[in-house]
Amino acid sequence: MGFQVSQSGDVTLVEVEGQLIVGNRQELKQKVLEHLEEGDRKFVIDFSNTGYIDSSGLGVLVSLSKKIREQSGELRLSSLNEDLKTLFELTKLDTLFRIADDKAQALDGF
Amino acid sequence: MDKDLILELPTDLQSIEDAVDYVVARCDACERAASRLRFNFRVGLTEALSNAMLYGNGHDPSKRVMVEVRINKVMVTARVTDQGVGFDPALVPDPTTPDHLSDVGGRGLFLMKKLLDEVSFNDRGNSVTLVLRLDGDGVLEGGAQA
Repeated sequence: MGFQVSQSGDVTLVEVEGQLIVGNRQELKQKVLEHLEEGDRKFVIDFSNTGYIDSSGLGVLVSLSKKIREQSGELRLSSLNEDLKTLFELTKLDTLFRIADDKAQALDGF
Repeated sequence: MDKDLILELPTDLQSIEDAVDYVVARCDACERAASRLRFNFRVGLTEALSNAMLYGNGHDPSKRVMVEVRINKVMVTARVTDQGVGFDPALVPDPTTPDHLSDVGGRGLFLMKKLLDEVSFNDRGNSVTLVLRLDGDGVLEGGAQA
């Protein structure tokens, strides 16, 4: 379980390896904020290898999205499985985030 | 035949995922509801444990969380009890309203109610009981009326 961070042009790609839950949300937040402080403004968080996200995980995504927007940046999400898509729809967070089917779509035109 | 599990956890957020995995792995009667167990129950139990540790026990490492699980052919029931003073779940606002949609927190109870078939609290508000019925396998077939 962890987070793989890479660059694709000027986009910072964070791949979540495993669940995003209360036990590891701070690690994700710290990694993204470090890149934001270094000047990165475009972020994609990819969930290809994630089975579930809890409310703390959703909360950290909301928090990061706010902080990135405050710096005139953008956070996109990608590769949600069907369960996760339903989770975002239930909580109406699908209205707050730009959600792409996969990494390529998220990076396209960013 | 009912299978009972009792776990006593420290107030340690790092223990949650392993505890949830342990419970789910012991539900060998759950094939019919595999996807609901994998997603709905996992998320619901994770929420109950994190609420107990973060808000109930207030991060106090000297306090414990008790988890009592009963598994049979009909349902999985999990009761999570913390050592806090309790709270009134009726006072928790709907996180999907425009006023709260951008809130960082406040979705845990909402998700429990949406993902489990039954969610109930004791009078004190420091013990929550979650029920997942095993008679269907469509994700989100549940939806507790709490």
